[in-house]
Amino acid sequence: MTSKVIGTGSYVPERVVTNEDLAKVVDTNDEWIVTRTGIHERRIAMDEGTSFMAAEASRRALADAGIDASELDLIILATSSSDHCFPSTACEVQAEIRAKNAVAFDISAACSGFEFALSTAHAFLASGTYRTALIVGADCLSKLTDWTDRGTCVLFGDGAGAAVIQAGETGVIHMVMGSDGARGQVLTCTARTDGNVFNGKTPEFGYIQMDGQEVFKFAVKKVPECIRQVLDESGTSMDEIKYFVLHQANYRICEAVAKRLKQPLEKVPMNIDRFGNTSGATVPILLDELNREGKLERGDKIVLAGFGGGLTWGAVLLEW
Amino acid sequence: MLEKMKEIIADQLSVDADSITETTSFKDDLGADSLDLFELVMALEDEYSVEIPSEDLQNLLTVGDVMNYLKGKGVEA
Repeated sequence: MTSKVIGTGSYVPERVVTNEDLAKVVDTNDEWIVTRTGIHERRIAMDEGTSFMAAEASRRALADAGIDASELDLIILATSSSDHCFPSTACEVQAEIRAKNAVAFDISAACSGFEFALSTAHAFLASGTYRTALIVGADCLSKLTDWTDRGTCVLFGDGAGAAVIQAGETGVIHMVMGSDGARGQVLTCTARTDGNVFNGKTPEFGYIQMDGQEVFKFAVKKVPECIRQVLDESGTSMDEIKYFVLHQANYRICEAVAKRLKQPLEKVPMNIDRFGNTSGATVPILLDELNREGKLERGDKIVLAGFGGGLTWGAVLLEW
Repeated sequence: MLEKMKEIIADQLSVDADSITETTSFKDDLGADSLDLFELVMALEDEYSVEIPSEDLQNLLTVGDVMNYLKGKGVEA
């Protein structure tokens, strides 16, 4: 038994923020951003929270799958920017879509979150524990972004993507996940710091901090490595893959990965130009676009691959 | 070493190998930006089995700089 994707959905905020808009608040310009990242614009939440975007994406995925929320047994949501410490965003989505028969919980794996959520849900489905699951990647990084840091604030956007998966005969073929906590300091965002009446400290919170060079090198090395691993371990050749759906962090990373895999750039779809890096949401948003544009046919083999804070990385090979 | 370096640089930066000499500057002559240099460094690390820490990058401005740096790391010519 494996897990088949039976529906996808996504949601991005309406407010478009262009590079020109950013140039008005920090010392940057369109040419610099475009040549180093491939990003032309991103969506920024005005009053949409993480759970709102996640619930919208989930409703669309359920509609695409043609099933009722009551059929869901499991909701796993990946986020680094939940609206509350608790309840979890997954529980908020459960309430919003009325998935009363599901168990819901969040996982934290930053930009690899969707691959981790899919792999985790797949383990439950493959074991026969549950039959139908909703997996979501949702992030509102704009509230974790230091809008005075021109090195990072130009990179991120807000959004959510979701997929409904169901136990079936075809679907996920193989998956690999990895993490390296020892290198975690190159990409961080501090949560509320310790502080209480006894130590006399006031809790503070931090913003996204990134050693861009180290993250770039990590991604360009690790992504091809885990894609090769997921293919080799399942006896699948590179040429059998229709699309490599990569985490949208930077156009140049996608380009470098394609080059290292010796694959044409046409097999690496991108939407970073329009949405920037939406962390755990990039892969399911891109997957939803491919699905809705009719670019995926049953039987197509694709690889989803993510990488990010943790450090974490993951790749999932699946038959559509 | 120069011939091999020319080959790697030409491939990574999509430039003509014949235009590269020891005094060629990555930034000024080949139009490379920081991300191009990261990729070049990674290709060199693979080729010569060395580690090039990020902080050393600022001193590697020309092809000759890189050759001297690699020699300093014990890479045979």
